[in-house]
Amino acid sequence: MTNGYHIVVCGSVVPDPLQTLEPVATPNGPALKNEMMLPAVLDPWAAHALYEAADLASKVAGSKVWLVSVGPKAKLQQVMMTIAQRVNFEFVPVDSSASGFADAHSTAALLAETIQGIAELDPWRLLVFGGWESASRGAGATMQLLGERLEILDQFQGVDQLRVLADGSFEVLERIEGGRHQVSVCQGAPALFGWATGNLPEPRNNPQVGMANMRTVMPALLRAKPAPLPTGGWHFLSASPPKQQRQTRVVKDLSPDQIAQEIAEWVGK
Amino acid sequence: MSKSILFLAHVSDAGNTLPKTSYEVLGTALKLTKQFGARLTIGLIGADVTAAAETIAAAGADRILAVSGPDFATARYASDAAAAEAICRSAGAELILAPATSRFMRSLAGVAHRLNGCVDTHVTTLEAVNGELCATRWHYRQRIEGVFRRSARPWIMLLESGCEAAWTGQPAAAKIEEIPVTLPKAATRTVVTGVRAPKSDAQTIRPDANLLFVAGAGWTKKQADGKPHVDVAEKLILDFLRVSGASLGGSKSLVDQSGESEAVLGFMTHLNQVGQTGSTPRHAKGLSTCCHGEEPHVVGWRFINERRAVNLDPNCGWARGKADVLYIADAFEVVAKLNALLAEKSRISSEAVVSQD
Repeated sequence: MTNGYHIVVCGSVVPDPLQTLEPVATPNGPALKNEMMLPAVLDPWAAHALYEAADLASKVAGSKVWLVSVGPKAKLQQVMMTIAQRVNFEFVPVDSSASGFADAHSTAALLAETIQGIAELDPWRLLVFGGWESASRGAGATMQLLGERLEILDQFQGVDQLRVLADGSFEVLERIEGGRHQVSVCQGAPALFGWATGNLPEPRNNPQVGMANMRTVMPALLRAKPAPLPTGGWHFLSASPPKQQRQTRVVKDLSPDQIAQEIAEWVGK
Repeated sequence: MSKSILFLAHVSDAGNTLPKTSYEVLGTALKLTKQFGARLTIGLIGADVTAAAETIAAAGADRILAVSGPDFATARYASDAAAAEAICRSAGAELILAPATSRFMRSLAGVAHRLNGCVDTHVTTLEAVNGELCATRWHYRQRIEGVFRRSARPWIMLLESGCEAAWTGQPAAAKIEEIPVTLPKAATRTVVTGVRAPKSDAQTIRPDANLLFVAGAGWTKKQADGKPHVDVAEKLILDFLRVSGASLGGSKSLVDQSGESEAVLGFMTHLNQVGQTGSTPRHAKGLSTCCHGEEPHVVGWRFINERRAVNLDPNCGWARGKADVLYIADAFEVVAKLNALLAEKSRISSEAVVSQD
């Protein structure tokens, strides 16, 4: 691979996992109560995809990373304040819904249209990265649908490792049942990778990277046009948090021996 | 009112049966077939589907379709999507039910696009309401449950395991209609070369285990003597997994420690992580130890039926209102005693088996 890869990372924002989420009904279907007030983070698996993309780009000369995000402009801006300090990328925002109740088909269509609109992209050098599932919809469908729209037949999901071999092919590790990985070898780009956690730690904030990124991030956010997401015939009858509250029996006065005995009997039942 | 339902499955790794969860999905497909007065078609994918087809031949499907051959032996997106697309087009079904195995989770959404249909994954319930099919699945990583219907057809649904009773029946001869699929060269650029187990010395993830053992970050923290005892924790946990046959889950804080240069449990990887950003495994029982935290962690055992916890904090959010029993105790002491008890129990039962022989 002499010319490097064009790596497009798809990743949006989700509510900070520590927040309490309460669904509310709206004319357009379910939504989260005070959704725009909730602090947001970059979707965790998409974040791993971004870090892996930056790592790969740093190893293969001539590579470039784009981050394509579909989400409310204000939330994207908030999240970019931290993410933009971690790795180098060119930001391509789309001002639209990042709701977990948005249809994966509509989101994939919007992503495909946006990616196809990046003039600089060479489809023969293209690697599409993203999280294998999001922490919002969590369907694991968007990346596949996007790959179909981009006519990419080499797709991998639950990816924990991507290694470029000497001949330019990729060795890919995908998660399968039983805590195992399926190993595949793909001839090369174009390909699509839905990442699980990968193996890289979260990069440290680097103000210099942040300053470089923000030169493109803010103008891109200003240019981002609102894009509606059709429901695609998806009609919700209800959306509710789990109500089950267990009556916990708190055992304070048993010795470790007695507790072990009780648990052993319970395990053996 | 749907007139045709397709139950789609692939053969298991063993090659002569279907993955366990497929029989549960078949049970659901048969239930819906009866409710809607529909026709049921079975579609199978694999290197050789004959033996697997015989295990479900007695289910009473109108047709059994198959795409088989060496090209379809392994889970590769391009070949699996081509095979599933061919079966779906031949069946012409409006509803397509499939198990949420890793193989199908990686390919059927793409098939929905090719069929100009729609897809839903991680479906936990399918019900007929006023003559219309309604599906249930979780959003925001098991924190909000949504019930919905779709107007687009065909509608592909991947069902989670443990949500429906498995269909059972005697093996019988199966009349299989083979659908020829020739892969274009572009669909063979990827070759599956094998399966790799995680770096752990022992296999710690056991999806079929009766018990999930959840280890929290407390195992690696300073203990009563002011020092951490990670080596002791490792031995206790591995011994417990060995004598109990449990599967191992870890909280995010524990799994993340390896990236933060803190003391770590050598066998714990991101594959073990349960919770908001990990998995939500399905086991009959769950025992959490040294865990702390609130909702993001607790979603990790959303689908665990019976739950117990061992913790030093009586107000632990992981357990209060979420577990059936919370033991206030030192997990190091309890698990050591527990291991001894389970080992003794195992020894006695194996001696009993020997004496019977």
